[in-house]
Amino acid sequence: MRPGVSVKIASGVIAALLVLPVLVVIPMSFAAGTSFQFPPDDWATTWYQSFFTSDKWQFALTNSLKVALATAVLATVLGTMAAMGLSRLSTRWRSLGLSLIMMPIVIPNILIALAVYATFLDLKLNGTLRGLVFAHTAIALPFVVIAVNTRLQGIDMSLRSAAFSLGARPAAAFRQVILPLLLPGVLSALVLAFVSSFDEVVISLFLQTPANTTLPVQMFDAVSVEIDPTISAAASFVVISVSTVILVGQLVALRRRKGQVL
Amino acid sequence: MTRTVEHRPPLEELDQVVAPPRRRVARQRPAHVGLLLLLPAALALTLFFLLPLVQILIRSLTDPEPGLGNYTSLFTDGVTLPILWRTVVVGLVVTAATMLLAYPYTYVMSYASPTMRAVMITIVLVPFWTSMLARNYAWFILMQRDGVIDRAFAAVGIDGVVLLGTTTGVAIVMTGVLLPFMVLPLYSVMSQIDPRVMAAGQNLGASRISSFRQIHLPLARPGLVAGGSLVFILSLGFYITPALIGSPQGSLIAQAMAIRTQRLLDFGGAGAMGILILVVTLVILVVSQRLSGRSAGSLASATGRATEKSATTAGGRS
Amino acid sequence: MIDGPSQQRGARISLKALSKQFTPGAVPAVDQIDLEMEPGEFLTLLGPSGSGKTTTLNMVAGFLDPSGGQIELNGRDISNIPPHRRNFGMVFQNYALFPHLTVEQNIAFPLKQRRVPRAERGRRVREALDLVQLSGMDSRKPSQLSGGQQQRVALARAVVFSPHLLLLDEPLGALDRKLRQSLQAEIKRIHRELGLTFVFVTHDQDEAMSLSDRIAVFNEGRIERVGTPRALYDDPGTLFVAEFMGESNRFFGAAKGAEYEWAGSPMRTAASRPGADDDVLVVRPERIGIAASPGDVPSGANSAPATVVDSSYLGIQRRVDLEYADGTRGVAVLPGSGSSVPSTGAGVVVHWHPQDQVFVRRRPPLEPAVPVDRRAPSAAVTKAPVKV
Repeated sequence: MRPGVSVKIASGVIAALLVLPVLVVIPMSFAAGTSFQFPPDDWATTWYQSFFTSDKWQFALTNSLKVALATAVLATVLGTMAAMGLSRLSTRWRSLGLSLIMMPIVIPNILIALAVYATFLDLKLNGTLRGLVFAHTAIALPFVVIAVNTRLQGIDMSLRSAAFSLGARPAAAFRQVILPLLLPGVLSALVLAFVSSFDEVVISLFLQTPANTTLPVQMFDAVSVEIDPTISAAASFVVISVSTVILVGQLVALRRRKGQVL
Repeated sequence: MTRTVEHRPPLEELDQVVAPPRRRVARQRPAHVGLLLLLPAALALTLFFLLPLVQILIRSLTDPEPGLGNYTSLFTDGVTLPILWRTVVVGLVVTAATMLLAYPYTYVMSYASPTMRAVMITIVLVPFWTSMLARNYAWFILMQRDGVIDRAFAAVGIDGVVLLGTTTGVAIVMTGVLLPFMVLPLYSVMSQIDPRVMAAGQNLGASRISSFRQIHLPLARPGLVAGGSLVFILSLGFYITPALIGSPQGSLIAQAMAIRTQRLLDFGGAGAMGILILVVTLVILVVSQRLSGRSAGSLASATGRATEKSATTAGGRS
Repeated sequence: MIDGPSQQRGARISLKALSKQFTPGAVPAVDQIDLEMEPGEFLTLLGPSGSGKTTTLNMVAGFLDPSGGQIELNGRDISNIPPHRRNFGMVFQNYALFPHLTVEQNIAFPLKQRRVPRAERGRRVREALDLVQLSGMDSRKPSQLSGGQQQRVALARAVVFSPHLLLLDEPLGALDRKLRQSLQAEIKRIHRELGLTFVFVTHDQDEAMSLSDRIAVFNEGRIERVGTPRALYDDPGTLFVAEFMGESNRFFGAAKGAEYEWAGSPMRTAASRPGADDDVLVVRPERIGIAASPGDVPSGANSAPATVVDSSYLGIQRRVDLEYADGTRGVAVLPGSGSSVPSTGAGVVVHWHPQDQVFVRRRPPLEPAVPVDRRAPSAAVTKAPVKV
């Protein structure tokens, strides 16, 4: 039963609800004044200049990039290995393993942040970038495992048998057949882990010291602690760069799929 | 066209294929290699996730003195209960609101053409991916005194609508921010509903509304349950929105926990609060499992599917 | 790769008391089978799903370890050799082509594993493509090919490295009827050209009959009978084989010495006499005639009363579905241009010449060693009689 007109209008409104707030940020970044008035009275690129030249902001940005990159690599390596390991277990152990790995998703973030803060105090990992990487990796792991596992499930394991029947040793079969097919999932996981770390706020807030401030933390402070309109530029920067990545990804996927159809 | 057979190893050469000792291991999937591969991830999770949780649990029971003191004081200190209550109410409201908003959107999505559907999914995913902070900040701007919302209401004749600093404002922003978490699990269920089912209902005599109520709604219920549990659980522990949009007087539990930890260094008390929310979370998970009749991992798998969707879209892979 | 067809270049595979039990204590999937696969023959493992034929194939391929018994290649036990060293070609039901490689790379894969130099690799790949009549498709990806083309690539890939044995696991199952038939012809042609031993698994008895030199009929983990298609059709040996290979009219009576009694009266026996354990009389549909009344039955024939359940005209033939007095169903197949057929519900008398009947046992023999028909492939040339 096709949806009626009123339903369609409603969903249009909802779509707007989902997208518009984000687009508010971009015009704001070009505001001349220091108020949070929207739409702005006057336009300028002050805040972009501030963002790109401010030591504070650039430091935060660099930290975020470093942590996100390290997290992405670490989480993807560990998570991919875990997914492969899980696939070799019997069904019972596999579901148990999966449930355990999924735990960080269902535990409230605030509790994790608090617990990690307390423990890291003892381990002297507070205030370090290292500590952030470790914490972010732990919570990114479930997503990596899901992404890789999904891809793994989609690979027909008779391909492995076929490779054997054609004379490939197990290691060669993995390298030449399974790995190339797994790669898209691994890359997705990499991107996923990167973004989840880059965007992570709560844990980073708890572990925050001037030495390891990340961009989201800096942005949070810019609104709640010391009002700093540079956040508009920072927020736009993040929104635009991530959207670009997504759109490029979509186009690549679209082109790939078109190319495959006869 | 004859070929010579020299490239084929003569049958006798098979003699040289040395039979290795019984290698069951090489062919079937050996479990111990699997466990070995799991080890590093398990280690990371234990050290940086399980250990802190266990420690905080212990602390909540021992700091400042052993016993359930932290827990009982939650209920007796006169401050925590109202906050808890407020958090739960906000959570319920947000869950209901996201359900009401997500349903029509997802419904339209499930009937849309593949291109339209891709667009609609992207619309859901982009906010999912863009900085949570940026989104909160956007609402922060909209809700200012003399902000867009205020002026919009003023144009209709209602003055002084300043949502910033109010619990209502917090609820609205949380709804907007958590909406994708309702849409994705709901969509994954709705996309399985055969579109002809509604037509069948009408053909058998049920009106449109009746068809919807008796056929579509029950079929979509597992998605609602999964999405609803997810949204509620997330809103329980939500920190950023109430901290940015709300006021200290209207704190939610996460803010209370933050203050206890960072200002008072009361790990025991804050830990107790956290464990309390955790217990509530687990209860909800169990209840939702019963309600939707699926396995216990349904919530995780709902999030998983959401992740997978966003992963496949953003990563650009099919 | 393509030599004169006179030379037998296939391997001989011997299965001796081969068993596979997936869970201890449960019914074995494969229960002590003995089978000789002659070099160069086209042998089909035929049976319903779950009968153990695929499990057996997988054990020969090396993907499953036997629970008991041996697999021998030209007299040598290969049970310990892992699959990637057995040098058997295998064609899978779902093709199992590597989706990320082109057709050429897929076919070259086994040659790469064997370190064949690039120039020769290219040559042999092209030869293989010629063999399956897909020349020019080198740079396509599997997703750009139709099902039939994919299957042919899978075939090419499985033979390019000149294995001694080709295993085919229900390779045509996913294809529609016309495609199946054309690919069946391809497979036969390739078998003739290459002279390898082909071991083919299917549940489709028509396919088995048209392709094979010999067929091994599987039932519940055991081989009930092995023989040429004709031998199996004319002399099924057991009720299961009789029912599985083609249709039949069955009469459940009892052997009395060398005589047979059904429904209280004796049946004439000719050359074939019931054995000690045989108690079912089977007549094939094309061997029976239908008479309106007992008086119209030719002398010397056996007969049985029946009711016509349904009849259909199929151009080439007329098919009459029957029900006998004891409730069993049967069928008669008459030439299409014959005389009129009695209407549905009519009572008729079915008759046949005693020479056309055969006796089978209700159950297979209990001892594990099933009589194996060891006729060489060249001797059993005639195919099964034309069926419905």
